[in-house]
Amino acid sequence: MTATVPSERRMANDIARNLGHLPRERAAEEIAGHIGRFWDPRMRTRLYEFVDAGADGLDPLVVAAVKLLR
Amino acid sequence: MSLLKEPDFGTPERPGPATVSVEVDGFPVTVPEGTSVMRAAAQAGVDIPKLCANDSLEAFGSCRLCVVEIDGRRGTPASCTTPCADGMKVSTQTPKVEKLRQGVMELYISDHPLDCLTCPANGDCELQDMAGVVGLRQVRYGYEGANHLEAEKDTSNPYFDFDPSKCIACSRCVRACGEVQGTFALTIEGRGFDSKVSPGAGESFMDSECVSCGACVQACPTSTLQERSVVELGMPTRSVVTTCAYCGVGCSFKAELRGDELVRMVPHKDGGANEGHSCVKGRFAFGYATHPDRVLKPMVRERITDPWREVEWDEAIGTVARRMRELQDRYGTSSVGAITSSRCTNEEVYVVQKMVRAAFGNNNVDTCARVCHSPTGYGLKQTFGESAGTQDFRSVAEADVIMVIGANPTDGHPVFASRMKRRLREGAKLIVVDPRRIDLVRSPHVEAQHHLQLRPSTNVAVVNAMAHVVVTEGLVDRPFVDARCEDFDDWAEFVARPENSPEAVEPITGVPAAELRAAARLYATAPNGAIYYGLGVTEHSQGSTMVMGMANLAMACGNIGRDGVGVNPLRGQNNVQGSCDMGSFPHELPGYRHVSDDAVRTVFENLWGGTLLAEPGLRIPNMFDAAIDGTFRGLFVHGEDIAQSDPNLKHVTAALEAMELVVVQDLFLNETAKFAHVFLPGASFLEKDGTFTNAERRINRVRAVMKPKTGKHEWQIVSEIATAMGYAMSYDHPRAIMDEIASVTPTFTGVSFDLLDKLGSVQWPCNEEAPEGTPIMHVDEFVRGKGKFVVTSYVPTNERSTRRFPLVLTTGRILSQYNVGAQTRRTGNVAWHPEDILELHPHDAEDRGIKDGDMVTLASRVGRTTLRAEISDRMPTGVVYTTFHHPVTGANVVTTENSDWATNCPEYKVTAVQVGLARPERHSDTEASDVTGNDLVTVVD
Repeated sequence: MTATVPSERRMANDIARNLGHLPRERAAEEIAGHIGRFWDPRMRTRLYEFVDAGADGLDPLVVAAVKLLR
Repeated sequence: MSLLKEPDFGTPERPGPATVSVEVDGFPVTVPEGTSVMRAAAQAGVDIPKLCANDSLEAFGSCRLCVVEIDGRRGTPASCTTPCADGMKVSTQTPKVEKLRQGVMELYISDHPLDCLTCPANGDCELQDMAGVVGLRQVRYGYEGANHLEAEKDTSNPYFDFDPSKCIACSRCVRACGEVQGTFALTIEGRGFDSKVSPGAGESFMDSECVSCGACVQACPTSTLQERSVVELGMPTRSVVTTCAYCGVGCSFKAELRGDELVRMVPHKDGGANEGHSCVKGRFAFGYATHPDRVLKPMVRERITDPWREVEWDEAIGTVARRMRELQDRYGTSSVGAITSSRCTNEEVYVVQKMVRAAFGNNNVDTCARVCHSPTGYGLKQTFGESAGTQDFRSVAEADVIMVIGANPTDGHPVFASRMKRRLREGAKLIVVDPRRIDLVRSPHVEAQHHLQLRPSTNVAVVNAMAHVVVTEGLVDRPFVDARCEDFDDWAEFVARPENSPEAVEPITGVPAAELRAAARLYATAPNGAIYYGLGVTEHSQGSTMVMGMANLAMACGNIGRDGVGVNPLRGQNNVQGSCDMGSFPHELPGYRHVSDDAVRTVFENLWGGTLLAEPGLRIPNMFDAAIDGTFRGLFVHGEDIAQSDPNLKHVTAALEAMELVVVQDLFLNETAKFAHVFLPGASFLEKDGTFTNAERRINRVRAVMKPKTGKHEWQIVSEIATAMGYAMSYDHPRAIMDEIASVTPTFTGVSFDLLDKLGSVQWPCNEEAPEGTPIMHVDEFVRGKGKFVVTSYVPTNERSTRRFPLVLTTGRILSQYNVGAQTRRTGNVAWHPEDILELHPHDAEDRGIKDGDMVTLASRVGRTTLRAEISDRMPTGVVYTTFHHPVTGANVVTTENSDWATNCPEYKVTAVQVGLARPERHSDTEASDVTGNDLVTVVD
C-alpha cells in the first residue's frame, strides 16, 4: 500500500529513528537541538502544526522534542 | 608566459637521509643514496643525452644514449641505471661515449622518417634534440633495407594518433601506462626488429584497455603518440598554469596555447595533487569551453513558455534585482534564495552566499554538496571537529592497508586511483566495501584481499560489525584512545553487543562473517590503515551515521594524525570542499561557523554592514518543498543543473514551475534553464581567475587562459545584482575577494594569491600556526580537542524492495563522463559513453528475458525511464546500476525523496525498482508517476 507523507513529518521521524537509541529524555533534547540548528523556521512551524493537529504519524520522540523547541 | 618546460632529471628522486658525493665532469654534487648518475649529473647542471629515460619513470637502460665513463670502472655504463657511489668520478663527454652515442643515433635515424619540418612534433621532439646534441651529421645505412616507415597509423582514439613509423621502441609509453597510470594496456609486441608498441593483443587504442589518460602521449619522446590538437593547430607557444575543473582531485595543468587558442592541456609536474599525471577528462575533454552550444548573451523571458529574448547585461542584471525585490516585497524576505556551485571558484561561491546573506537578507543558500558530501561535513565535524578529510593525497604512499568504501576511484577519481594502485603494487593490502565488483577489486597487478560485497543500504551494519571485531578481539589502540579521544566506553559497549557481531549482521548485510572478521583484523592490525570513501557512503539515509562510523573505527585503531592513515572523502566535483568552506550551507557562515553564533555574526556584520539572520535557511530539498507550498518564490541557480542531477525529478520540476523567478547561470541552456526566466551566461574555468579547493583541502590557483567570452566575470555579475538590489558590493579582482575571505575565516587567514603563486598551492588550515598549510590534520590533537566516539545505531532505510519493485537501483558515474554530462557530452568523450547503460546481473536479466543490449524500462514508485541493458556479473543479483550523465535517460526520474536523516543528502544509492523489456514505442521515454505537490508517495509495507 502507499501513503502520503509530508516532508517535515518524514524528516523528523527519520531524525527520531536515528537518535532513538538514546535514553528518551536525551533523545528528545538531541532531536530538538538538531531541528533547531538545521531547520528553517517555516519548517519548524509546519512541524508544530502537525503536532497541534494531533501528531498523526509522528514519532513520540518528535512530539517530545517539539515541546522542548517551543 | 612562454612555453613552460619543467626540468627532467632523467630518473625519479630517491629521497632519504643518507647521501653520497660524486663528481660529474669535475662538478661536485651530493645526492641521496640510490640516486642515479644521470640524476646526479642533472642536479650538477650537466645534461646527459637520453631517450628512454624520464624522471617520471623508473630507469630502463634501453636506448644506450646516456652512456658515461666512470673512473676505475670498466666499460661505458648507462647513467640512468647506475646508482651513484661515494667518491665516484663521472665523465659524460669523452671521445669514446661521443662516438657510441653517434652510432646509436645513426641507427635510430636510419629507421625514422626524415620529415622533421612537417612533423607535428617539430620543435618538441627529443629524438630531433638528441640528434643535435650528439652531433649527428650523417646516416650511413640508407633506407633501402627493412624498416618501419610504412607502418599503419592508428587514429581510433578521438584525442591522439599513434604513428608507429615514428616509434623508436623506447618503451616510455609502455612504462608510463604501467608505472604512472597503472593500467598496463600497452606492451611491446614481437622481438628484435619486429618489436613494436601495441595496445592490448593487437587491438586498436580504442578497442584496448587504454583509458586515454594521456600518460603515454606525454612520455613519448617523438611524434609517435601525438595529440590531434597539436597536429591540427600546431605546436603551442605559451603556457598558463591552472587547475582542472572536473573531479575533486584538482589536478594542476599547463594550458598550452598558440596565441589565444588553447592547443592542449598538459599535466603539471609541480601540481601537488597530481604531480604530472592526468585523466581523459582533464587532459583532453576541454572542447566544451568553445562548443557552439554555449550561450554568450544574457536572455530573459516573462514566462517559461515564452521564447528567450537576448538582452544586454544591464537589463538582465536589473531584471534579476527588480524581480527578486518584488518577490520579497510580496512574499517576505525569506521567499528567495540561491544555490551555489561546486564547479565555481571559491571567490564566486563566496560572493553568491554573501549576496544571499547581505543583499537578500536571509540564509537561503545551499550548494550542490547537499546532494553529495553534506554527510561528510556533518559526520567529520561531530567526531573530529572539522568538516574535511584528514590527509593529503601523498599520504596514501605510506598506507599499509587501504580500505575503499563506496567509492570507485578508477572511474571517479582516476588520478588519485593511480597513486593508490602504485602503493598497492608495492604491497599494500586492499579492502573494498562495495555492492559492485569495481575495477579495483581485481585489475592488473592489483587484487583486493577482501571484497565485502554488502547489500546497498547496510554500510552502517558493516562498519559496526568491523568495530565489534576490533573491540571484542582486543585490537583497540588503547594508548591512542586514552590520550586523544572521549566517549569511548559507551561506544565500545554498544559495538560489542551481540547484535552488532559479524555473524548477527550477516543476514542483513549479505557479507560472510568470516570475511568481515578477517577484513577488520587486517585494517586494525596494519601499521598504517587508511580509509577512502565516496558517495557510496554519503548518499544514503544513514550517510552521516556511516561517516561517523568510519571515524569511530579509525580512532579505535589509532589511524588518525600521521602519514598513511586517515578518513578521506573523495569529493565528486572540483570545488565541493571549497564551496562548503565558503559558507554555502544555510546554517553556516564561511569556515563552518553556525549562524546562531553571535560573535561570528558580529564579525561579518562589521565587515558587510547590516544585521544577519541567526536562523538557518532552507536546504535545497526544503527549497523545493517550500516552492510547492508557495513560501519560496525566487531562486538563483549558479552553475548547477538541478533538473537533471537532483532526485525525484518530478518533484524538482514541479517546484521550479511553481516559482515566479528562476535565474540560471550556466555555460549551456541546461535542463534547469527550461524553467528559467533569466539566463545569465557563465564562464568556463578557462576564463576564470580564482581558486578551487580539492578533496585534500588543497587551495589551487585557477588562472584565466582566455578572456570571458560573455564579457563579464561571474563574481562581477553577482556583485552587480547585489548592488542593483541596494546592497553595494564591488571588487576589482578575485584576489580582493580572497583577501576578504582570509580576513573573516580563521582557517584561511594566511591565504592570499601571492602565497599561492609563491608556493603553488596550500592546504588549509593556513594561518599563523601553519603559515604554509596543513597537509595532515589532527596530528597532536583533534580540531575539537578530543576525538569523539559517537554511537551509530544501524537503522534500515525506508526504501524497501517489494514484489512490485524487487530490485535495488544504485547510481554512479563513469570515467569518461562527468555528472550531468553538460561538459563531457560536448567533447570527444561521448565516444566511450554515448548513452546511460543499466548494468544488471545475468540471473536478473534471464528472469526477465533480457539480453545484452536490449532496451529496458527502469521503474520505481516515483517514475520510469528507458535505457539500454548491459549484462554484467560485477553486479550482485538483485542490484542494478546506472549513471546519470544523459538527460534523455533522466535516471533521476526514478530516484526518490528519501534522504540522509541529518543532512537531507538524497539516498541516490538505494531505490527499489523493477526492470523489464521495453516495448519499442517506449524507447527513449521518461516519465514520472502521478506524484505532485509537497506530499510525496512512499511505500509502506
